[in-house]
Amino acid sequence: MNRALLEVEGLHHWFGGLHVIDGVDLSCPEGVVKAVIGPNGAGKSTLFHLIGGALRPRTGSIRVGGKETAGLPSHRMARLGVARTFQSSRLFPGMSVLDNVLVGLHVRGRSGFLADALLPSSARSEERALRARALEALERLGIAELAQADAAGLPFGRQRIVEIARALAPKPRLLLLDEPACGLNNSETADLAERIRAIRAGGVTVLLVEHDMSLVMEVADQIAVLHYGRKIADGTPREIQADPDVISVYLGAADA
Amino acid sequence: MDPVQVLQYILSGITSGAVYAVVGIGFDIVYSATGIINFAQGDFLMLGGMIAVSLAPHMPLSLAVFCAVAATGCVGVLLHVVFIRWLRSPAVLRLIILTIGLSILLREAALHVWDEKVRALPFFSGDETSSLAVLGARVSPQVLWVLAVAALIVAGLGLFFRLTLTGKAMRACASNASAARLCGVDASALVTLSFFLSAALGALAGCAVSPITQTSYDMGTPLAVKGFTCAVLGGLGSPTAAVAAGLLVGLVESFSVSVLPLAFKDVASLCILLAILVLRPQGLFAGGSRSLKGGNR
Amino acid sequence: MRALPPGLRRYAALAGLCAAVVLVQVLLSALHAEQYLVQLTMAAWYSLVAVGLCLLMGHTGQVSMGHGGFLAIGGYASAVLTTLAIPAAGASGTALLLRSLGILAARQDPATGADALAVAPWAAFPCALLLAAAVAFLVGIPVLRLKGHYLAMATLAFGFIVSRLLLGLKFCGEADGISGIPAFRLFAGLAVSGKKALRVPNYYEAWAVVALACFLSVNLMGSRTGRALRAIHGDEEAAAAMGIDTARAKLSVFVLSAVLSALGGVGIAHFGGGIGPGEAAVLKSVRYVALVAAGGMGSLWGTLAVSSVLTFLSLRGVFGLYDDAVFGAILVAAMLFAPEGVPRALAGGARRAASLPRGRGRPA
Repeated sequence: MNRALLEVEGLHHWFGGLHVIDGVDLSCPEGVVKAVIGPNGAGKSTLFHLIGGALRPRTGSIRVGGKETAGLPSHRMARLGVARTFQSSRLFPGMSVLDNVLVGLHVRGRSGFLADALLPSSARSEERALRARALEALERLGIAELAQADAAGLPFGRQRIVEIARALAPKPRLLLLDEPACGLNNSETADLAERIRAIRAGGVTVLLVEHDMSLVMEVADQIAVLHYGRKIADGTPREIQADPDVISVYLGAADA
Repeated sequence: MDPVQVLQYILSGITSGAVYAVVGIGFDIVYSATGIINFAQGDFLMLGGMIAVSLAPHMPLSLAVFCAVAATGCVGVLLHVVFIRWLRSPAVLRLIILTIGLSILLREAALHVWDEKVRALPFFSGDETSSLAVLGARVSPQVLWVLAVAALIVAGLGLFFRLTLTGKAMRACASNASAARLCGVDASALVTLSFFLSAALGALAGCAVSPITQTSYDMGTPLAVKGFTCAVLGGLGSPTAAVAAGLLVGLVESFSVSVLPLAFKDVASLCILLAILVLRPQGLFAGGSRSLKGGNR
Repeated sequence: MRALPPGLRRYAALAGLCAAVVLVQVLLSALHAEQYLVQLTMAAWYSLVAVGLCLLMGHTGQVSMGHGGFLAIGGYASAVLTTLAIPAAGASGTALLLRSLGILAARQDPATGADALAVAPWAAFPCALLLAAAVAFLVGIPVLRLKGHYLAMATLAFGFIVSRLLLGLKFCGEADGISGIPAFRLFAGLAVSGKKALRVPNYYEAWAVVALACFLSVNLMGSRTGRALRAIHGDEEAAAAMGIDTARAKLSVFVLSAVLSALGGVGIAHFGGGIGPGEAAVLKSVRYVALVAAGGMGSLWGTLAVSSVLTFLSLRGVFGLYDDAVFGAILVAAMLFAPEGVPRALAGGARRAASLPRGRGRPA
């Protein structure tokens, strides 16, 4: 088994009186696609927000590559090689696809505020390099022709792919996919499964939250099941399918 | 400070606080119905006072006040129907700037209709020399009128929202506009009504306070800022909380005169606003309930 | 335009601005109408606020209703320092040392006629900018965490506080403000002053500063930082997830825009020879917002065009008593009909008008 890239230990989080994450332990080995599933309200999105840095956990530890990251804000997480997509594709409005991906590459640039205001030339060679990387990221996903398109005007399925390109552009270690199949039809979902396999082949570890069981069963190497903020099962897809606790929780939802 | 002076400060603070509370309530009515913060809210008080002052020589005072309230209410309706209603899901920034522009237009219109001279309504009862003795301090009966009007507004709104069908429909729209519409509620008409209410009630308060603080064409903006302080302090959604917040702001402002030069009286309440916005934008009393959409995260 | 390498293309508009500035001066001098240069110079100094606000509001999406306060802080700081009346007779050793270094300059105490010392304008200048930057930094840290209506109100309150302080503090001249501000001597005989003979140089000085501000803005907007700012405007949470330190970026733009406004304030103070508390008034601050809104939020050149024209007209008194009303109306009209800005709306209208008669419209 590979060493764990992501380790979550004893994680607790509550909002007011609601204990949303109730002692979750999770580990995601490097180079693996791990899915987190569970009924609505199980705490999957909250878990993502906690790992991604949008929320600070009340107690518990989150380690990425051995380094403690619980409580670090999102922008620091990005610098540590953690990228994420959002449930409702959140591309930047008013910007082209290429510009969106360039923002994704923000962490790979170094020019500061003052330098950008005063010295266009020094920023420019870095800018050329970033542009090249952005186009390359689009090519890798097969959407290079969309570079100048208005990102927010694209059909939803394409927006999803752009968002993934944006997240992958800085070559992260860990990719958090938040319900990537949400709003996609069957053929788009099959396409997505292909892409996720390709991402794994590229050496990126993937953690995804998903409701679409067919996608999960297709791509996941490991599945963790959450229920009311607790992890009730963790194993290979076959193990999960046979797990009596999971079956009782889902009541036959295994054929989505 | 001797007790009588303290009492004077308290009474003065309560009076202005009651007015700020009414402005805050006006903000809340419109915000609940539409999600819009109407920066022109303070100008409704100014309009009410000015119109009443113009009408007062020609008719009994109560009729003048009534007409002023009705007329200002119509201005509120006009504001909504002409400028706001037909915008399709506008950005927050756009609405903010729009209502600020409308506030300026109202203010400038008032300047040109009534010029920059300060005006005042006649006292509702007695005149400027009459005073009542309250625990050793002397207070004008108009202060009691202001407090009575504020109390009437709060109580009246409470009954309206709780007991009348229209009131309940407005609260429904505030919670969930699409569900309300599915039940047959005409959301657009209710929004117009909310503008009417906030304008009319503001005008009423403006008339009540006019004999004491006078009415001038530019009193709207400072009132709007202080009223907004009350709305935020009280946690949007509760008229009673707005009143409590208003009293707090009014008292702080009033007592600040004893430590700061008079010129800086406004600075005290403004600093409260900044402090609240930064530290606890969901309000002191509401217990973390509603805060503005697009507010502090 | 296409012949230019892409890096230089973005400066084409800047070159256009410089050309226009020169053209206008040559024209006015030829027509013996140089008095108009005075208002155009002032319009330039005021436009610095609009340029800064364009970066802050248009680009980064942070509304500020109190930027007049920063112009006032800059102008007043310079004014107060350069009109000090430290008695020259019996001055302390430190004062004499500073006098010899040129940091303190000699002037006449207007009240007594005696020789006095005040801070030299070139030394007061960095103090004014630093003060504005410091205030912006301190105010910005808590306030920029707010969004939407909260941010608008907080900045409005800030502007209000500055305005009230200036009206109430004795050393700021209370309602009368500060007058008798000396000329700001630069180099080679140039100075920022209201002297009639220096009208043309002053015009160029002011517009040179504006051109510099535009240069900085154009660089910033086309850079990685500019992209990050636009991302913050589009979706702050997503921007943070991309690794952008949103709090720091917003604060940086806020401070930059405050310094630009303060710079405008220094210019106004020395050019006009006086400054008053009205510069921090709410209506003034709202005007700048109106200019940026009508110019097209993120459009630097649109904002500059609208700002120069309207400020010039306002200063010439063209709007008369309806001055504030005009800006209020502009705000309302811009928000209702041209949220993308008047220049762009006009250009769009012209394009549509030009394509109408050909009848080549594609079927719906």
